[in-house]
Amino acid sequence: MKFGVVVFPGSNCDHDAFCAIGGVLGRPVEYLWHRSENLAGCDAIILPGGFAFGDYLRTGAIARFSPVMTSVAKFARSGGLVLGICNGFQVLCEAGLLPGAMTRNRGLRFLCQQVYIRVENTDTPFTSAAQRGQILKIPIAHMDGNYFCDDATLDELERENRVMFRYTTPDGRNDDAGNPNGSVANIAGICNRERNVLGLMPHPERAVEAPLGSADGLVILRSMVDSFVRRIAIPA
Amino acid sequence: MLETEIRVTREIAAEHGLSADEYSRVLEILGREPSITELGIFSVMWSEHCSYKSSKVHLKRLPTHGPRVLQGPGENAGVVDIGDGFCAVFKIESHNHPSFVEPFQGAATGVGGILRDIFTMGAFPIAVLDSLRFGPITNDPNNSPAVGAATEEVARNRRLLDGVIRGIGFYGNCFGVPTVGGEVQFEPCYSNNPLVNALALGIAKKENLFFARAQGPGNPVIYVGAKTGRDGIHGASLLASAEFSQESQQKRPNVQVGDPFMEKLLLEACLEAMKTGAVVAIQDMGAAGLTSSSSEMASRGGLGIEIELSRVPQREAHMTPYEIMLSESQERMLLVAERGREDEIFRVFEKWGLDAVEIGRVTDDGRLRILERGNIAAEIPAHAIAEEGPAYKRPIAPPAHPAGGASLINFAPAGTDFTENFRRLLASPTIASKQWIIGQYDHMVRTNTRIVPGAGDAAVLRLKDSRRALALSTDGNGRWCWLNPKVGAMHAVAEAARNVACSGARPVAATNCLNFGNPEKPEAMWQFSEAIDGIAEACGALKVPITGGNVSFYNETLGKAIYPTPVIGVLGILEDSSKALGLAFRNEGDVIILLDGAAAAETPIEGLRREFSSSEYAKTIHGIVAGEPPAIDLTAEKRLQDCLVALATDGVIESAHDVSDGGLAVSLAESCFASDGLAAHVALDGAEPDESALFGERGARAVVSVRTDSLARVAEVAAKYSVSAQSIGKAVRGGFRIEYKGVLCVRGTVQSLHNSWSGALEKALRYGSTTNIGQ
Repeated sequence: MKFGVVVFPGSNCDHDAFCAIGGVLGRPVEYLWHRSENLAGCDAIILPGGFAFGDYLRTGAIARFSPVMTSVAKFARSGGLVLGICNGFQVLCEAGLLPGAMTRNRGLRFLCQQVYIRVENTDTPFTSAAQRGQILKIPIAHMDGNYFCDDATLDELERENRVMFRYTTPDGRNDDAGNPNGSVANIAGICNRERNVLGLMPHPERAVEAPLGSADGLVILRSMVDSFVRRIAIPA
Repeated sequence: MLETEIRVTREIAAEHGLSADEYSRVLEILGREPSITELGIFSVMWSEHCSYKSSKVHLKRLPTHGPRVLQGPGENAGVVDIGDGFCAVFKIESHNHPSFVEPFQGAATGVGGILRDIFTMGAFPIAVLDSLRFGPITNDPNNSPAVGAATEEVARNRRLLDGVIRGIGFYGNCFGVPTVGGEVQFEPCYSNNPLVNALALGIAKKENLFFARAQGPGNPVIYVGAKTGRDGIHGASLLASAEFSQESQQKRPNVQVGDPFMEKLLLEACLEAMKTGAVVAIQDMGAAGLTSSSSEMASRGGLGIEIELSRVPQREAHMTPYEIMLSESQERMLLVAERGREDEIFRVFEKWGLDAVEIGRVTDDGRLRILERGNIAAEIPAHAIAEEGPAYKRPIAPPAHPAGGASLINFAPAGTDFTENFRRLLASPTIASKQWIIGQYDHMVRTNTRIVPGAGDAAVLRLKDSRRALALSTDGNGRWCWLNPKVGAMHAVAEAARNVACSGARPVAATNCLNFGNPEKPEAMWQFSEAIDGIAEACGALKVPITGGNVSFYNETLGKAIYPTPVIGVLGILEDSSKALGLAFRNEGDVIILLDGAAAAETPIEGLRREFSSSEYAKTIHGIVAGEPPAIDLTAEKRLQDCLVALATDGVIESAHDVSDGGLAVSLAESCFASDGLAAHVALDGAEPDESALFGERGARAVVSVRTDSLARVAEVAAKYSVSAQSIGKAVRGGFRIEYKGVLCVRGTVQSLHNSWSGALEKALRYGSTTNIGQ
């Protein structure tokens, strides 16, 4: 299984994702330059964190016009695994691959800290290796991670079990105290209806080695590998 | 021959900050009157900021050589050999004046400038630290001018702090470099002159280093990066090389505007271009922009450079040669390429969407020749502007009256309960938790931050291609330097190195940022000279040569100077990154040991009163700033630091935290706060007064925690280094308590003490105005 990490000119967590996949997980991985439509035969695509085009006006708004996004959209429609982390989540929202939008954190400040998120649904390729209700310690680092969507969309997300991760307190309480940025319904990550596109604000690629604070992010990356292997093993 | 609209006179030269003597020297070098462009070039290059004319004669006294130093002062940054063919490239620089005029952009471009200094040498930036000083951000209930300030002043200081923090975060977060440490202190003297010193560290393969030395006459000179605008003109000469007056806000147009996205593109493109092998030399356009980069590259290579200004990418129409040469627009670089391989470079910059234009060539006549549409706008020997600037041995005189208040502290009677004072000390902004700041910086990006800010005495960054890690700390105590510049400066070096040793790393090199007042005043120059002597002595004794840095003079507003504030950044190497130590107590039942490098000497009570009157406690609790910094014993410091490194290497200590601001009591509390709910049960004994024992700031000491089965080994190692290792208590579940001579004098739950400490900064800022909300 080969991973591709998209590189927009202002991506700055591309390297971290690359190292997490290649170095820690030991899986093949390559960079995909944003101006190319060629996904190089990758089996999963990561849209990494950063500030894709400086993002001075609206995060991810320019990145969605990059040629690579045409291919990523096509890849997603055909069932390919797409993981958008932080800026990558913002880009997925802008590109219409996920619903809703990101606004500025409610404190109007950049936030870099460890947060706790609860796995809400394990019936997806991104969480199959996790336990339902498992609390993951994973850092965030963003200025615009205050997820917002209208009530109808929220209802739909909840009804279809598409809220994958919610911010909680360290002991798992899903209340305001655990919500760092003001996201509606404590949403930290959501998937599309087909469950093959995930966007989340926390950085699993930063949580892959215990000496650096946490290795809880590995469960997401491992789930992707497991589900891919399963899919190959059981032909449709 | 020269096409000039304005005929230069001595008056115009004086308005450019050139003295009569300096102007005569210009006439002598040129053999004629300068054009207005030439005058501009001389004025920036010979400004204090660029020429170091007041400091040069003193800086020579600093030790700059060592077995690991590959490049000392004189290049864009210092370079240190860290083994396995890799080197660390690092430097600290000030951006004080711009940050006062416009805190957000001033701080942002300070970070941008120091990052360019690192990657222009071919190194990838892996960390930034910021050393900050502000005026008081709290109103003092006791109305003590040593602690608080008037409401209006407090509001302004909060705005400056907020703007600076946002600016640093804005730039580093977007660029993608972790901001991993630094320090923040608050003193009334910085109210009208905050300090913003930014340190950047990068990593490169030794053979991939680049230098700013032009080579090969005929080689093309290529301009890359952002377009040139009218921003920042005379930033170096007008902003950084003069005192502030009431009109300083009018200097806002002299502050540059930062674009971290552009800088990120420049970083990627420059490093990629360097890989082609077609780059001969490269230098960033920082202070004095195109002028300094071109003349310095030419001068270092012993060659000349000719530039055609009409080819320079410009953001605004009708810019004059004077404006183009003096612009300090950010995110620009000048490079010399190998003739015939320009296209390889152009292709890289095209990929990243950046301008790259051949604007001139290297010549063999040693002259900086500036053409505008073929007409000569300036022609000056490059060496004369870059290297032959004035150098002054300015008058030096100690102040007529010793610094500090007249009355020394009177110690409280033995057996007093100091818990309430302790709480106030924990809540003082200098000591309080900096989490509010740390959380606004991305301190984890690039996944190398082994010890995050606040978790250890130094930032520790692991190196992905090696077992090693690098540790970094900045320090500087302006109050102590004011009371005694030489001893205060020695403490700055000692504490930075001690912090690095506490993380387990061996200190190997240093960089310095020297923030002082007006060098034309003999007292300021005396402070500077004394501080240099102190730094030189301490760096020599602790084996941390100075590899670079910067001098910031004229930190005065309305004639009132800041405390002399040398800030020292020390770099250390940790052979095994898994041995990195934090400051948090880790296990219930671990023994708390106080390591002391100095032999227990009885200081007479008068001496203790003098030393204690300079402490954070004396200032915060009693409003007293007087006496002397604690006496310093560099051999004791060295012993302690060597001992700490040995203990960490052996893996026999669980945590280490030095004793500094707020003394032993604060160190113990911080090790509890960082832990998972552990408290310290400590009993001390000694001959000194209670407050001195609890809150005294004498150096060469550190608090370590040890598993009981490692105690014997710790004692053995300490004895080997002649360091006293005194068992003073235990890490426990329960209340925090310190006994002195059998009497309980500080007590409380860790949670309640933590509350005093953790929310102080945020509470002070909550009602502060916010400005300029950036990304």
